[in-house]
Amino acid sequence: MAKTATKSLFTADLVVPAIKASFVKLNPAELVRNPVMFVTAAVAALMTVLLVIGHDGLSIGFKLQLVVWLWLTVLFGTFAEALAEGRGKAQAASLRATKAELTAKRLKGDGRQYDDVPASQLKVGDIVLVETGDLIPSDGEVASGVASVNEAAITGESAPVIREAGGDRSAVTAGTRVISDEIRVRVTVEPGKGFLDRMIALVEGAERQKTPNEIALTLLLVGLTIIFLIAVGTIPGFASYAGGSIPVAIMAALLITLIPTTIAALLSAIGIAGMDRLVRFNVLAKSGRAVEAAGDVDVLLLDKTGTITVGDRQASEFRAVGGASEAELAEAALLASLADETPEGRSVVVLARERFDLNRVMPEGAEVIPFTAQTRVSGVRTGDTLIQKGAVDSILRANAGSGEAAAATELRRITDEIARAGGTPLAVARDGRLLGAIFLKDVVKAGIRERFGELRTMGIRTVMITGDNPLTAAAIAAEAGVDDFLAQATPEDKLELIRKEQAGGKLVAMCGDGTNDAPALAQADVGVAMNTGTQAAREAGNMVDLDSDPTKLIEVVGLGKQLLMTRGALTTFSVANDVAKYFAIIPAMFVTLYPGLGVLNVMGLGSPESAILSAIIFNAIIIPMLVPLALKGVAYKPMAAGPLLARNLAIYGLGGLVAPFIGIKIIDLVVGGLRLA
Amino acid sequence: MTFQGWFLILAFFGVLLALAKPVGLWLFTLYEGRRTPLHLVLGPVERGFYGLAGVDPAQEQGWRRYALHMLLFNVALMAFTYAVLRLQGVLPGNPQGLAGLSPHLAFNTAISFTTNTNWQSYGGESTMSNLSQMLGLTIHNFLSAATGIALAFALFRGFARREAGTVGNFWADVTRITLYLLLPVCIAYAIFLIASGVPQALAGVGNVETLEGARQSLLLGPVASQEAIKMLGTNGGGFFNANSAHPFENPTALTNFVQMLSIFVVGVGLTWTFGKAVGNTRQGWAILSAMMILFLVGTGVSYWAEAAGNPVLHQFGVAGGNMEGKEVRFGIAASALFSVVTTAASCGAVNAMHDSFTALGGLVPLFNMQLGEVVIGGVGAGIYGFLLFAILAVFVAGLMVGRTPEYVGKKIESREVKLAVLAIAVLPLMILGLTALSSVLQQGLAGPLNKGPHGFSEILYAFTSAVANNGSAFAGLTANTPYYNGLLGVAMWVGRFFIIVPTLAIAGSLAAKKYTPESAGSFPTTGGLWVGLLVGIILILGGLTFLPSLALGPIADHLSMIRGQLF
Repeated sequence: MAKTATKSLFTADLVVPAIKASFVKLNPAELVRNPVMFVTAAVAALMTVLLVIGHDGLSIGFKLQLVVWLWLTVLFGTFAEALAEGRGKAQAASLRATKAELTAKRLKGDGRQYDDVPASQLKVGDIVLVETGDLIPSDGEVASGVASVNEAAITGESAPVIREAGGDRSAVTAGTRVISDEIRVRVTVEPGKGFLDRMIALVEGAERQKTPNEIALTLLLVGLTIIFLIAVGTIPGFASYAGGSIPVAIMAALLITLIPTTIAALLSAIGIAGMDRLVRFNVLAKSGRAVEAAGDVDVLLLDKTGTITVGDRQASEFRAVGGASEAELAEAALLASLADETPEGRSVVVLARERFDLNRVMPEGAEVIPFTAQTRVSGVRTGDTLIQKGAVDSILRANAGSGEAAAATELRRITDEIARAGGTPLAVARDGRLLGAIFLKDVVKAGIRERFGELRTMGIRTVMITGDNPLTAAAIAAEAGVDDFLAQATPEDKLELIRKEQAGGKLVAMCGDGTNDAPALAQADVGVAMNTGTQAAREAGNMVDLDSDPTKLIEVVGLGKQLLMTRGALTTFSVANDVAKYFAIIPAMFVTLYPGLGVLNVMGLGSPESAILSAIIFNAIIIPMLVPLALKGVAYKPMAAGPLLARNLAIYGLGGLVAPFIGIKIIDLVVGGLRLA
Repeated sequence: MTFQGWFLILAFFGVLLALAKPVGLWLFTLYEGRRTPLHLVLGPVERGFYGLAGVDPAQEQGWRRYALHMLLFNVALMAFTYAVLRLQGVLPGNPQGLAGLSPHLAFNTAISFTTNTNWQSYGGESTMSNLSQMLGLTIHNFLSAATGIALAFALFRGFARREAGTVGNFWADVTRITLYLLLPVCIAYAIFLIASGVPQALAGVGNVETLEGARQSLLLGPVASQEAIKMLGTNGGGFFNANSAHPFENPTALTNFVQMLSIFVVGVGLTWTFGKAVGNTRQGWAILSAMMILFLVGTGVSYWAEAAGNPVLHQFGVAGGNMEGKEVRFGIAASALFSVVTTAASCGAVNAMHDSFTALGGLVPLFNMQLGEVVIGGVGAGIYGFLLFAILAVFVAGLMVGRTPEYVGKKIESREVKLAVLAIAVLPLMILGLTALSSVLQQGLAGPLNKGPHGFSEILYAFTSAVANNGSAFAGLTANTPYYNGLLGVAMWVGRFFIIVPTLAIAGSLAAKKYTPESAGSFPTTGGLWVGLLVGIILILGGLTFLPSLALGPIADHLSMIRGQLF
């Protein structure tokens, strides 16, 4: 997560508005969304009233302090949420800045004239003209034309991308700038409902809904609160049997320290911060649910090209057949590749020049035969000489019946060898005569093997998706260390694979960009669409990667896990804390009834009042102390579940047991020293 | 504490572990509805029952239907027993000519036996006719036990099945458990008891001449048959008021050992069955380990407290441990062990009077029950109660491995959490609520025999025992009053069925879920860490809930004793 900008948590521009917001959030209608904090606030309110009218033999100063700390407990909770939201808003503001005041050139019926209108008045189906230098006013797809677009505003990547009508590169996003040519864009979303608008709303927390896991956790916290309400609520009855009574203020203190205020106060902050971490990482999730699902992923489908291997294959060898010399093959390959501007094509030229010191330039009058998806062959014709280069099957098919069965057999053998070594063969033929094959080597990214190893220890299986034939795929899979591969994959194969894994109970994550990826993206539990992809792909996925970097899928899984771990860690900590609080309050509470119970005061707290005050103060100040942890997430390192659990249980379980004993004792010393109780 | 004492405890522990797999395997056969050798003889009987009742055992039920049939069955049985007890005076099989029971006592007793609690507000031999014992009560000893095991089966199916709409057939489960487990074991068990000197007679009174030549009338009855199922089914309702402390119920050290074993054996076996049902017996062993840790710690504390005795009495020159309320033929270790076994397992049979234990010795049984009878627990009820805690444990800590929580291949989501919390909250609500009520009301305060924290413990123990469906009495509490009979009856009913119904709902919800295969990234629920976590969660949750009540009861009692004040 190296890219994450670590901004200081407590800068004034974040903290001041958060403090204001934390009071606004005391509105009961909003507070009730968090039942534990609502109970805390209700108790604080009750105690405020009793402060004035109650008579229970406790000193007013003690009760006043109690009331103050009860309110602070509530305020620390609302502050944590406000701070998390503030950070999200700051993030959103920078996104929103790009959107400000867009105007559109809305085309009239004739398709030539246009009106200048504010982007907010555009409707779905309108066609707008975007010329060089203009900002694209709305999400949409290119209806006609082709242009290079700078999408730095949303991706931070300054290299322009091509956007053209039809195909997989037709989607454009509001706020990006056309830097050459002009396009006509068909508006596909209502104003304010655009892709960025929705994302910004999510990041800001305005549209935040509780995720399924958050709901379940809230239910658990409510359950614990009910149990502790019963435990505390029955004490007056017990005390009356023992011939005494317990002041309401002390029971209130016991209740608030027992109910899980710590995790309840931080719960929504953890959720907001989780989304926010993704945004900082330039990934936008369409729902919190998707982030949780990312933590659960069992299978990662990764495209080979760009994720596992560096995007471009490099020519590494010439393998001649049928009596042709290697130099002859190299020369033909060079000629056929001179006009080929793909990285593979250029690498052939480089290899031929290096290996045989060839220095040919394109002959006069040469006719370049471009690569087409139908023939899958490209080449060059000079005079009556035809050089062809392409996939082995295609070359053999194009030159079928030209004899030389021996050369064809040899070519197939070489093809297999290359494939088995993880390379891709490109066959070359001249005037129907097979010359041999170019060995295009896939270069596996550095360090990727270790990454897959980490994923494996985390229990995540990686599947490489490639259009290569099974032999090549197997070789690259072995080299990269993936667990499985899907060769010659069609979009239907991908979808089928996802369904099969899901039927076995696995959660699948994938990334994709093309329109034909859309069904698979929608089917996957976590579908990360590349921002450069089509509108269909972006709609189908539940996350969008603004950088269009498929490798990030791995980090997304890590962020999801971190979010869940943070929740679990703080819940465990919160529950474990209760033990020490009991040892502070129970003896203080009951020592007047049975003096013998004084021995339970294992911390040796100064006085009953001081013990109660110290417990409630600890309970309150632990919230802001844990805010940084809630917002940053617990330290996360990929490892197997067993050791991970042991580590986190030791830190947050055992730590949660021990820490409050120390904390309460220290506070008690301070309270005693300042004569507060 | 003595070497013999510890040897007894460890021998008991060892025999139990050895029995876990064979018993679990037998239970698994019944769980699966497979054929057993006993089918040769009992198969026609089983089919006969189905024919009579018009039940198709192959017809699976969803959780709602399963719960409904279970409830109807139990309500009908309870009404039947209520009628038998009320009409006892006019029914046959009543050689002593005992009168019918009062409405509140019949209400309390009918619920008590239906809920597998066997709380006895009456003295067995002086209140119940033979017919009432055999027909009204023993029938429940079998069927309430079978109901508990059936419910555990239903919950196991919830974990084991994948995307299924059903959790089994209640009638088939109950019939098979009764016919192929409870009945045959109890026949053999009763014969063993008779051979050891336990009476099995229909005559009301036996007249014997004592060694001194005096004539003595001894109450007899069908004791051995009831004794067997009383233990095996964790019922605990004794034929005699003195329960297993009575020489006719529990004559020798051997019967005492076997009685303790038979309390635990089905519960221990069920943990193995669970593991087998979910496809990994290590899951079952992990649960058993957690239970056994809680059990051994409890036994250790109790034995230590009883062996240490009462310092106040030591000052008067009474040396040694606390023998008050204990049978000399059992001694301290066997009494302490029995008290922990019977309260850990929701049995409630006693071979010594818990009220006479030291404060800490009495705290252990109390806390065992307050934990919800999950340390082995009642037959069936123990394991399903334990699994509720497991669900919460996995939910709290499961997140810490970075996945949404899952347990034995099933995702634990809001519905399961909600239902588990609901079921677990029944315990504090009923135990603490009713104790608080009785601590304030005049009718409640009339009950306890003793003053101070000890008297409070008596009230607390009664409601704890009732809600947890244990049925053991602390004694000292006069419970045969309309107030206590009524409230304890309600407590037993709520403590049983308000936990069962949410549990069945969880079973239904889990059964419908997809299976999530285990991977290296899954929360490991087999190792020592998980066992420790389970123990920790159960102790913390139970401790936090009940500490105030324990502090004002047995803990205050104990601390006062140290300071020389007795109650």
